[in-house]
Amino acid sequence: MIPSAFKFYKPDNISKAVSLMKDFGEEARVIAGGHSLIPIMKQRLTDIKHLIDLSGIDEIKGINITGDEISIGAMTTQVELINNEELFQKAPIIREASLQIADPQVRNLGTIGGNVANGDPANDMPGLMQLLDATYKLSGTNGSREVKARDFYEGAYFTSREDDEILLSISFESPSGGYAYEKQKRKIGDYATAAAGVIIKVENNKCSSASIALTNLSDTPVYCNKAVDMIVGKEIDNDLLDRVTKTCVDQSDPVADQRGPVEFKKYVAGIVIKKALKRAIERV
Amino acid sequence: MDDVKTPSSEERKSALSGLGTSRKRVEDARFTQGKGNYVDDIKLKGMLFGDFVRSPLAHARVKNIDTSAALALPGVHAVLTADDLRPLGLHWMPTLAGDKQMVLADGKVLFQGQEVAFVVGDDRYAVADGVSMVKVEYDELPVVTDPFKAELKDAPILREDIADQKEGAHGARRHPNHIFTWEAGEKEETNKVIDEAEVVADEMVYYHRTHPCPLETCGCVASMDKVNGKLTVWGTFQAPHAVRTVASLISNIPEHNIRIISPDIGGGFGNKVGVYPGYICSIVASIVTGVPIKWVEDRMDNLMATAFARDYWMRGKISATKDGKITGLWCHTTADHGAFDACADPTKFPAGFMNICTGSYDIPVAYLAVDGVYTNKAPGGVAYRCSFRVTEASYFIERMIEVLALKLGIDSAELRSKNFIKKEQFPYTSALGWEYDSGDYHRAWDKALEAVNYRQLREDQKKQLQLFKDGKSRKLMGIGLSHFTEIVGAGPVKNCDILGLGMFDACEIRIHPTGSAIARLGTISQGQGHATTFAQILASEIGIPASDITLEEGDTDTAPYGLGTYGSRSTPVAGAATAMAGRKIRAKAQMIAAYLLEVHDDDVEWDVDRFSVKGAPEKFKTMKEIAFASYNQAIPGVEPGLEAVSYYDPPNMTYPNGAYVVVMEIDVDTGVSDIKKVYALDDCGTRINPMIIEGQVHGGLTEALAISMGQEIAYDEQGNVMTGTLMDFFIPTAWETPTYETDYTVTPSPHHPIGAKGVGESPNVGGVSAFSNAVHDAFKPFGLTQAHMPHDHWRVWKIAKDLGLHN
Amino acid sequence: MEKINVSMKVNGKEENLTVEPRTLLVHALREHLEYTGAHIGCSSSHCGACTIDMNGKSVKSCTVFTPQAEGADILTVEGIGSPDKLHALQEMFKEHHGLQCGYCTPGMIMRSYRFLQENPDPTEDEVRFGISGNLCRCTGYQNIVKSIMAAASKIRDEEKVNKKEIA
Repeated sequence: MIPSAFKFYKPDNISKAVSLMKDFGEEARVIAGGHSLIPIMKQRLTDIKHLIDLSGIDEIKGINITGDEISIGAMTTQVELINNEELFQKAPIIREASLQIADPQVRNLGTIGGNVANGDPANDMPGLMQLLDATYKLSGTNGSREVKARDFYEGAYFTSREDDEILLSISFESPSGGYAYEKQKRKIGDYATAAAGVIIKVENNKCSSASIALTNLSDTPVYCNKAVDMIVGKEIDNDLLDRVTKTCVDQSDPVADQRGPVEFKKYVAGIVIKKALKRAIERV
Repeated sequence: MDDVKTPSSEERKSALSGLGTSRKRVEDARFTQGKGNYVDDIKLKGMLFGDFVRSPLAHARVKNIDTSAALALPGVHAVLTADDLRPLGLHWMPTLAGDKQMVLADGKVLFQGQEVAFVVGDDRYAVADGVSMVKVEYDELPVVTDPFKAELKDAPILREDIADQKEGAHGARRHPNHIFTWEAGEKEETNKVIDEAEVVADEMVYYHRTHPCPLETCGCVASMDKVNGKLTVWGTFQAPHAVRTVASLISNIPEHNIRIISPDIGGGFGNKVGVYPGYICSIVASIVTGVPIKWVEDRMDNLMATAFARDYWMRGKISATKDGKITGLWCHTTADHGAFDACADPTKFPAGFMNICTGSYDIPVAYLAVDGVYTNKAPGGVAYRCSFRVTEASYFIERMIEVLALKLGIDSAELRSKNFIKKEQFPYTSALGWEYDSGDYHRAWDKALEAVNYRQLREDQKKQLQLFKDGKSRKLMGIGLSHFTEIVGAGPVKNCDILGLGMFDACEIRIHPTGSAIARLGTISQGQGHATTFAQILASEIGIPASDITLEEGDTDTAPYGLGTYGSRSTPVAGAATAMAGRKIRAKAQMIAAYLLEVHDDDVEWDVDRFSVKGAPEKFKTMKEIAFASYNQAIPGVEPGLEAVSYYDPPNMTYPNGAYVVVMEIDVDTGVSDIKKVYALDDCGTRINPMIIEGQVHGGLTEALAISMGQEIAYDEQGNVMTGTLMDFFIPTAWETPTYETDYTVTPSPHHPIGAKGVGESPNVGGVSAFSNAVHDAFKPFGLTQAHMPHDHWRVWKIAKDLGLHN
Repeated sequence: MEKINVSMKVNGKEENLTVEPRTLLVHALREHLEYTGAHIGCSSSHCGACTIDMNGKSVKSCTVFTPQAEGADILTVEGIGSPDKLHALQEMFKEHHGLQCGYCTPGMIMRSYRFLQENPDPTEDEVRFGISGNLCRCTGYQNIVKSIMAAASKIRDEEKVNKKEIA
């Protein structure tokens, strides 16, 4: 459990970081909180020769809220997300989900940027960002660009981020309506057996808008577009919720692991999705 | 004399903090301040580090090991392979079970994680780089992970070294992958009783493979002092003296030139009983390099390679009359021992004390056979917080009782009560040959059922079942019962030895002139608090306050020979030795007191902390005065000084027992279990320190919770370990752990000097059955008879699915 | 291997180290600075035995590279009390049998140390959630929770006294 040797850099601005990324190409990696990266470095599952610590770059830290526009710097830690009252007012689902990630110490160092950019399907934030229809701002040699979270994930650990790009921030609009993030796991510190997030608006028992997303139920986070299409504009009843749930489950594609076989995960996915739907509707 | 009020006997007794007091632990000052001294804290001048190249494959021939690139690294000093150990005869080592085990891969590897080469370097980092640079070429071989397939005709032969041997350490072998058959009881008679019985329950009970996983992994620092010819090894050893003897026998270093030291140990639970290749390689590397070598395994190594536990497939038949009187018990166990038989059991018991599987019940006739087989899994087979295979035995009988109750259609609480060994039957000889020392099972059982309000629980359960059936709830309630009888305190030298070393234990006491004392024992604490509790035993025996007694263990140069701490043997054996040594001190003190008081020896009597003249209690000599006198007065016929040593060979095992109840609510859709109540009543005989007993029970229950509800060492068909980190190897956090209710009865052991039986392992033994029985009980109304552990979410979900509860 | 200089404050003392960048903070503390209180139980940030306080937050020092701690203010179990004046947590862990083998104890105490500043008057459930990044194999947590609750109460009482004295 000892990583191989690397050189360490701590640039104080993004352009320096980007230029290091460019110089070292595939041999370079950025480190944020390190709680996904360091364990795999220890197992020598990745060979990094140049490690670029982003913690010295102030421009990618902190939470900015202007009206309904929320922007979160990539280096913002999970615990900062949990403790930020304004963010809780504007997007309470962030706190609800963050408290279900890892454990207190890990949340102290783990960042939202690391969680979303790593491309690990087991991470919770990517699913949450599907739900919020977030936009990622990246910076690279060719300048900055924006990518929708819903377009960012291509496969397990594969994203549309270029090798020389660094995630700067995540932005989304303050969601309105009821919300819930439901996660089944074996214990604190575990990844989800199945997790689902729902944000929904209901007027006169009719769904006026909705968003549904899943975590650890496919090789990427899943935005349940079909289910959303199915529910928006409809009268909410139990039968509809069952059909919506089934549509979400059909869009999932989990793999078997020590948490259980595919059949079990799909069943539990149905349970957590339904729970999330119900709880979100109750909170409208 | 001035009119000073003499403290009463009671006041003086309480000042001793002796038996029965919840004395605070003396160990805690250093642990809470970060001043413990664990093996990884040891730093010696010039010390190098060592670590292993391990096999990624479960079964393969090793074609070539190329160490050149590793050796070319500046921080790497040496790389040992089997070829380097062969000239020393150390490429294989004897196991505790009479088998032998490769220290480093000798031509082939037999399990994933097996030690292939040992890299020595400047520090952990240099060593890790060296490990990554050793190139090993393998030829893959077919893998056996299923013990039932190990003995098939065309099964690949795992142990080619002994393929032709028809006799093993424990008798005949019928297949190259067969290790032993071990039998107990009356085969013919049992078969006959079962064949003719009114009711028979027949079930396969599996106790899955798991691991003790103490928070501190195994490790050592070996230091060969070539100037003085002395080898010192600090290590995570639950049995330091045995390690010294084994090290001497296999290395040919004279035993007096080996010093084994167990420093503070961060939990053992059986993991640290065995001798591992890391110890051998560190010693050899220290001899080769002339400097101290440290080896500390990491968590993945620990879970993959050192000391699994359980993995018993127990097929059982239990017979009874129609009205529920048990008439016979039959059991055949297939034991998966992994690639080498390294089980830590007394020599004559290759399946440990599995023959305690008649449990707490008066069963007239029984038969047990155990077949051990080799598979491509790690060796080990240690007693994970239980006496040797006792938790397997107890789980087996407690499941069989439940299955029989189902068959009979009666409440299992009643079935137990009907068949308990009665108080007046003790000492009781079981059908499989053990002599149970004492117990009052009915009293404990009735107390437990009343404490949890058993009838009400059953009513609540009915209501919950109705809600479920009416579609108003998706939860079922399960009530898990267990009554267990352990067999601990190995043990009498007549039938218990390890590698020929009798399983006695020892205590040596030295009283200082000013009346304080030091006592040394052959055991070693790994968190049990020996320095606290053994001082309490002594305080009561010799009248010196516990706070004035230093306890030392774990250094073979100073401690008397003993077999160490595991299998709940410390209190039954070393605790007895302590009391007996104390009594020798007292006997000598009596002579001194009589001399000082100018009366005959028989004219003084013991009174808490002093000898006083019979009939004249105002004339007395305190232990403090006696101690000083022993050093400063020439007493005719008495040697100076006040010391004693006792080597205690217990006349029998002790049989702690208890009654446990677990209540849980199970969500049939998610498989999630919510523990509502855990009640544990223990009878461990005389209670030395209630606070520590309670702490032991809490800890053992949590391990039982983990084992029954999720913890396992799982392999895939290629022999890959699927549970190599603490993400997948289930250890509950404070959040998943319930609050426990503890209770007790006291039935002293009649043969133990202070009547104590030991408690550290009881909660694991009783707990696993209670948790598992609760899961079974929840699904009983739907026809579940047996579902294998661990009862993690998906397996519980699977039970519900198979019973048609998912619509 | 190329080494770099790292400075940090540990238990109030300025320390300068020359280490390989890959040196894990727990090794820097234990082996270079000889603060052996923090222990290694899993190396994968699950067990919490290596928990220390870094810049006012509990972190697992097995999952931090030493240069990441450049300029950090670090507190280990060796720095929160002294043999003459134990921290309330150290005292209460002793008082309520909150430890057995002692291996998880420094990490458990350091996590609780920060937790009680975050939440000085917790419920038992909050304590259990607050220490859920720390594993213990011996105690079943029951007496750990009891110890932390008792320490919380002791610290609150001490603070009341302090406030009165100031007033």
